[in-house]
Amino acid sequence: MDTALDKSIVNIDEMVLNMGPQHPSTHGVLRLKLHTDGEVVSKIEPIIGYLHRCFEKHCEYLSYEQIVPFTDRCDYLASMHMDHAYSIAVEKLLDIELPERVEYIRVIVAELQRIASHLVAIGTFGLDVGAITPFTWTIRDRERVLDLFEALCGARLLYNYIWPGGVSHDLSPKFIQRTHEFLDYFETQILEYNELLTGNKIFIERTADVGVMPADVAINFGVTGPSLRGSGVDYDLRKTQPYSIYDKFDFNVPVGEGTMGTIGDCWDRYWVRMVEMEESIKIIRQAMASLPNGDVHAAMPKKIRPAKGDVYSRYESARGDVGIFIQSNGKNVPLRLKMRSPAFCNLSVLSEIGEGWMISDVITILGSLDIVLGEIDR
Amino acid sequence: MTSIVKSIIDSFQSFPIDPFLLAVLAILIPGIIIFLIMAVNALIAVYFERKVSAFMQDRLGPMEVGIFGFKGGKKFWGGIGQTFADAIKLLAKEDIIPNDADKFLMVLAPFIIFTGAFLTFIGLPMSDSLVISNFNIGIFYIIAMSSVGVIGIILAGWSSNNKWSLYGAMRAAAQMISYEIPIALSLILVVLVSGHLDIYGIVQWQSENRWFILHSPFAALGFVIYFVSVVAETNRTPFDIPEAESELVAGWMTEYSGFRWALFFLSEYANMLIVAFVASIVFLGGWLSPLQLIDLPFFDIPDSWMFLDGTIFGIFWLFIKAVILIFCMMWFRWTFPRLRVDQLMYVCWKIFIPFALANVILISIWELIF
Repeated sequence: MDTALDKSIVNIDEMVLNMGPQHPSTHGVLRLKLHTDGEVVSKIEPIIGYLHRCFEKHCEYLSYEQIVPFTDRCDYLASMHMDHAYSIAVEKLLDIELPERVEYIRVIVAELQRIASHLVAIGTFGLDVGAITPFTWTIRDRERVLDLFEALCGARLLYNYIWPGGVSHDLSPKFIQRTHEFLDYFETQILEYNELLTGNKIFIERTADVGVMPADVAINFGVTGPSLRGSGVDYDLRKTQPYSIYDKFDFNVPVGEGTMGTIGDCWDRYWVRMVEMEESIKIIRQAMASLPNGDVHAAMPKKIRPAKGDVYSRYESARGDVGIFIQSNGKNVPLRLKMRSPAFCNLSVLSEIGEGWMISDVITILGSLDIVLGEIDR
Repeated sequence: MTSIVKSIIDSFQSFPIDPFLLAVLAILIPGIIIFLIMAVNALIAVYFERKVSAFMQDRLGPMEVGIFGFKGGKKFWGGIGQTFADAIKLLAKEDIIPNDADKFLMVLAPFIIFTGAFLTFIGLPMSDSLVISNFNIGIFYIIAMSSVGVIGIILAGWSSNNKWSLYGAMRAAAQMISYEIPIALSLILVVLVSGHLDIYGIVQWQSENRWFILHSPFAALGFVIYFVSVVAETNRTPFDIPEAESELVAGWMTEYSGFRWALFFLSEYANMLIVAFVASIVFLGGWLSPLQLIDLPFFDIPDSWMFLDGTIFGIFWLFIKAVILIFCMMWFRWTFPRLRVDQLMYVCWKIFIPFALANVILISIWELIF
């Protein structure tokens, strides 16, 4: 028996639902055009550009030192990573050697920043599936990381800390002591998050088997970072193309294993972030144990004037693979600076994996991709 | 059995008073009492909820506004004036009705929801002989009246002319109508066992035998089904999908503001109180003192120790039980994520209703045997 509705008699229209740019869970000013049939979403059109600030064009008028505050504002939840990525690119262009202490300090703050950023990702993901308490807990603990950064460089969100050729302030022994205290405290907190959210039956029902991103789809769409590793692809630039001094540390790259459902579902992406925080703790511990003495500034020219040429450097930020391309024509401003934004590529996969799910699931999937609009729009 | 309406009529009978005026008085006085109960309940429950959520989330909650501390930020009694300030703010707020909204229905909807909660209180006893009007079909009346609200929700969602509101209303209609079935099926258990639709009869049965939740394993299961279903019926997390903040902005109340929104809020907390009252009355012995449960094997407690019974203490015990249940509902809200629509329907139709139906049959067999 044919149960399908005869569309010549009944007029069936899709309802276009405009989600955002002012919506509680589009993580900023993302606008999604959802074509819905009842609760089921048949088509997703992400519309971006509401936070566009002409980052790349601005960079063509700024000297290399002045660009750092702008990279800060790209991924405002992981500013250290963006500064670090940019500084590595400039240093590669200049071909200068850094003091070892600088590299260690950079790794310590970058991993602390990864913890802070993943805490926001996990908390807002909980918020997306309707759990409010995990968010306040993760924000409470992120606050401790921000306190550390404040003690380090005076800023809490946009640090301007990692510069081409060094860092702005040296680490104090007090900072190291406080970081140790934080890590000891934070290890127990991870267990609490797991009790509250990770193992919750409702949470598993909402996230496992939802928004499955197979490995080939992830690779084809250029998805990187925890979202890619959630699909079971063991690809982390810190391991595969170690920059800075990551080859000196012993840490694992967690990948999604489909513990609660299929490999590459929302739960796996969430879980990868959870385990990555534990791995970051390991890296910070190792880095602080072997922190050498020395200067925190490399010998740099007064004005950065790289020779003609171009450079492309890659960096594993909290959201994925940040690529910085700089073309220099020998002046103190770059001729062209292009940033490959990981969140932009991660967002592009949303319409592929999100179509056919319900409105609630689209929000879950969007939350599991962990986008930051500052970085997407630049 | 006496009731408030009856005692008003009785006490005014000695005066030479117009029967029409007497009828107006008999309606007006209970009405004011119910409204006061609802308003005070909302004020206290909101404060309670904010504090409970704050302590669960490692915060302090409202701390600034004290009753005498509006000026100069003087801290007083842990922000106890916060909900008063919020209520005043809501009353003073501009009432916005969107241009394309169906104005008549949009204005009407909050009052229907409010009426549903308001009318339920008529049949709801606060204690021994403290009820507005006593029905011989009390339980039936309460079930019927508490489902009036869903009409208002559908109207509110439809008339707002907002897609989010429409989604919220659709979800609310599906959810609340579905969950009324397990609620009614679990309340039928007590009717089967005690043989009363009348609330006083039910509590009478419990005082002669034992609390209904201790009657049999099926009664305990019935309590669980009832309690989870009423959490869904009152649209609270983990079943708050009609107003799902992260999905539907505010669901069916997206377009409402000011006093009309305050009415929704008032009704929501009144509904919480109602379902907690019904659960306490039907399953937890109502206004009976829990001290009666104590049964020591080698020591007979004399009756004179049971002084904590009676009308006044009945109010106390009923409220204690209700507050514990309300606290549990808040506890759910601040620790659980939200279910999805289809999962919610799955829980209702494939788990609760079969179990509740089996419960009805099994408890009848239990009654036959014992």
